[in-house]
Amino acid sequence: MIVNEKIAIEHGLKSNEYKKICDLLKRNPNITELGIFSAMWNEHCSYKSSRLHLKKLPTKGKKVIQGPGENAGVIDIEDGDAIVFKIESHNHPSFIEPYQGAATGVGGIMRDVFTMGARPIANLNSIHFGSPQHKKTKNLLRGVVHGIGGYGNCMGVPTIAGQTSFDSSYNGNILVNAMTLGLVKKNKIFYSKAAGLNKPVIYVGSKTGRDGIHGASMASASFDEKIEEKKPTVQVGDPFTEKLLLEACLELMAGDSIIAIQDMGAAGLTSSSIEMASKGNLGVQINLNKVPCREAKMTPYEIMLSESQERMLIVLENGKEELAKKIFDKWNLDFAIIGKTTDTKNIELFFDNKQVANIPVNTLVENSPMYDRKWKKSKLPKKNKIKKDSLNSLKIKDVLKKILSHPNICSKEWIWQQYDHTVMGDTIQKPGGNSGVVRVHGTNKAIAASVDSSAVYCWAHPLTGGKQVVAESWRNLISVGATPIAITNCLNFGSPEKEENMGEFVECVQGIGEACEYLNFPVVSGNVSFYNQTKEIGIKPTPSIGGVGLIKDYNKMVTMNFKEIDNIVMVIGKTEGHIDQSLFARSILDEKNGPPPEVNLFNEKNNGESLLNLIQKGHVKSAHDVSLGGIITAVSKMSIKGNKSIKFNKSKNLINEIYYFFSEDQGRYIIEINPKDLKEVTKILDQNSVYHEELGIIIEKDMIINQKTKVTIDELKSYNSNWLTNFMST
Amino acid sequence: MKSSVITFPGSNCDRDMDVALNKFGFKNKMVWHNDNELPKSDLVVLPGGFSYGDYLRCGSMASKSKIMHSVINFAKSGGLVMGICNGFQILVETGLLPGVLLRNKYLEFICKNIYVKIDNKQNPYFKNLDKDIFEFHIAHNEGNYFCTKDQLNEIKDNNQIAIYYCDKNGQTDEQYNPNGSTKNIAGIFNKEKNVLGMMPHPERMIDQSLSGEDGSLFFKNLINNLK
Repeated sequence: MIVNEKIAIEHGLKSNEYKKICDLLKRNPNITELGIFSAMWNEHCSYKSSRLHLKKLPTKGKKVIQGPGENAGVIDIEDGDAIVFKIESHNHPSFIEPYQGAATGVGGIMRDVFTMGARPIANLNSIHFGSPQHKKTKNLLRGVVHGIGGYGNCMGVPTIAGQTSFDSSYNGNILVNAMTLGLVKKNKIFYSKAAGLNKPVIYVGSKTGRDGIHGASMASASFDEKIEEKKPTVQVGDPFTEKLLLEACLELMAGDSIIAIQDMGAAGLTSSSIEMASKGNLGVQINLNKVPCREAKMTPYEIMLSESQERMLIVLENGKEELAKKIFDKWNLDFAIIGKTTDTKNIELFFDNKQVANIPVNTLVENSPMYDRKWKKSKLPKKNKIKKDSLNSLKIKDVLKKILSHPNICSKEWIWQQYDHTVMGDTIQKPGGNSGVVRVHGTNKAIAASVDSSAVYCWAHPLTGGKQVVAESWRNLISVGATPIAITNCLNFGSPEKEENMGEFVECVQGIGEACEYLNFPVVSGNVSFYNQTKEIGIKPTPSIGGVGLIKDYNKMVTMNFKEIDNIVMVIGKTEGHIDQSLFARSILDEKNGPPPEVNLFNEKNNGESLLNLIQKGHVKSAHDVSLGGIITAVSKMSIKGNKSIKFNKSKNLINEIYYFFSEDQGRYIIEINPKDLKEVTKILDQNSVYHEELGIIIEKDMIINQKTKVTIDELKSYNSNWLTNFMST
Repeated sequence: MKSSVITFPGSNCDRDMDVALNKFGFKNKMVWHNDNELPKSDLVVLPGGFSYGDYLRCGSMASKSKIMHSVINFAKSGGLVMGICNGFQILVETGLLPGVLLRNKYLEFICKNIYVKIDNKQNPYFKNLDKDIFEFHIAHNEGNYFCTKDQLNEIKDNNQIAIYYCDKNGQTDEQYNPNGSTKNIAGIFNKEKNVLGMMPHPERMIDQSLSGEDGSLFFKNLINNLK
């Protein structure tokens, strides 16, 4: 087949990019080579639109062992232990085929983590769907949840936390972001940098099939009406094989046979072999006839571009082949020596004794395109002037009912009950709390993790939104008593070729960067997903932040359920009454304009650190951060979980009662303290200049909001617990 | 007391069971599915997980594993064999226990705490327990116990029903049945009561930081019964 510009464009390359390929090679590529370029140069693998901006994120810190650029980030959790973690998107495949798309998303991220030598100990996910009224939403939700459960449950890794939202901007592009945390000894971390000449290159895991060819290219384009035709680009997962691969890899990793290891994820054998060679500044030679294939007569092009799952590429020490083969035989997995490292700095492929590709590695990596795309700055929207009349007719109880049963607030138990969240016997905070928490097996330490996003705030003002998501992640970790250490981010946006969307990306990243810098909460890994767009309509900008923190003694962990009658409930952080972009404004007043709540990083840090201090001193009986839905939503959730409620004090605040209860000012937490600790707690907060206010006291059953309004605990539960179950059963 | 936990390809609660058994005083050994011989054991446990990826039918391929010949002989000679979750599925596939485990009624995986009521304490697993209702934890997709009418009559006549799903007061109404099991059955014995299969995971309830502590009561009692 003769390759020309037309074929290159069919591969998703632009004509200037094709010209660049010909210039770099000083000839036209053949079809296999073109396939390789298209796989390496697409947005998903090359980060060509985002690289320039991602460089600005803070990625270093005292606890950072490995920042972005490896399979996953690594942080130090003391005593020789480290946590490996990363979040990744699988949005496009999940919309086309929800079960397999979501399942292989989970499988892929777990591979990224155990490739580094870590045993996965927790999974999380952030999933976003279109409007509940949209005809596809229900099936997509069901398929995605089954897929996440189907893979994670079989692997025996607990799914400990997550986030689900509904918004019409996802009608044509759902989001499925999967995150995994793994535990490893600091001195047994494995990297993807190849080293040494003539070292055997080993293929292990599943056989290569025709599934997922061009998966990464598909994920680098917008959708149109021909979307059904893209089904064959979705990979098919087999969690059983991955479980075997996990055990076999960890068994091999216990010794000293491996020089470098890389999983075959997006762009399969192509990107894994090229990345290892590139990092080691080496060449690699592969005999494609040696690659274990599932189907007969696969061409070099298909073998190189297949995204079949559950495969790994390893550069081994010479002489360790037999030992390694024995382990993979034990686990019934394919094992093949397919090539070797060379000093040519080229990737050379052979098939049927003929050379079928020969490309300098640096042309695929360092010389890949990088764009400084045009982007548009957003202005901070003007504050709304909401007429007081529109509030007077509202009854607090009715509003509370609507807010607690709102799809984005209601209990997600229907989802997380389908995930095994207790396997491995170390889950000490289940889904539905501030963060999921797992113990570091056999120690007193525990790891807290949370995943957050606030698309509405990011849409209203990307810079503020970017800061807010990081702050919320930080608060979720603090609320369980964990010291926040680092984040991973999954940046889901529309087309970078549109100035508005690119602007959203640039400014969200800037916001994330500012908050991470200030809070000393660096970014250690992540992924960018552009083109979440159907024809002209893109999603709301949705960066998902996965935060990880350490609890040194898990006996000091805090949960959110109210504990004891007569305890005092306090709110930390000031309530100014910011109502624009709140769930209340959007869903009750139907007001979609205005700025998101301001993020004051000084207050975030000060309030958070002061609370952590109180927790470590044992003064905090329960805690919950205040986010979507405001103070009363947070208190309601603490009541529901604790089966106790609160008698609110009469607010000393001059702002309207509705504003007080439903506004979404940042930097706030609700805490429960014993009356005997009140003096000490107040003293510490005052010393640190942290604004605090007594909200009320815990009582047995009913929530008493004011003299006229009472809500029973059973009413609170029914508002909150039924929406999703009812939605999914009709 | 010596115990053995069998690891099949795809088992994923084997380590959790090892931790639990060791915690309560068993000297536990992990045994690979491809081994021929069982080590000397007072208790053999088939753990939860997805042996052989649940391919064909849950537990079916594992029931034909090499080690299972020894496990079956051990059971037939009166040795204690306990199957949890996927282990229960394997035991029904070997024929050591009657009936089958179908997909959950609502076709969804369920992971949550439930209550079970112990029906029969005339056996080495439950005798001397001083309460009847336990809070346990389930995590499965195929726990819907089913058997023929004749089998049901037979297991009732022989007191083979080990535990029922119930509420915290021991009511065994249909509404407390999480998966559609016949008669709310959560676990059964063989006729001789030395083989026990159950869906709940006692090994996930062994300290107060986890989902509960009723698993601790079960294991402590079990090892005392075997002493």
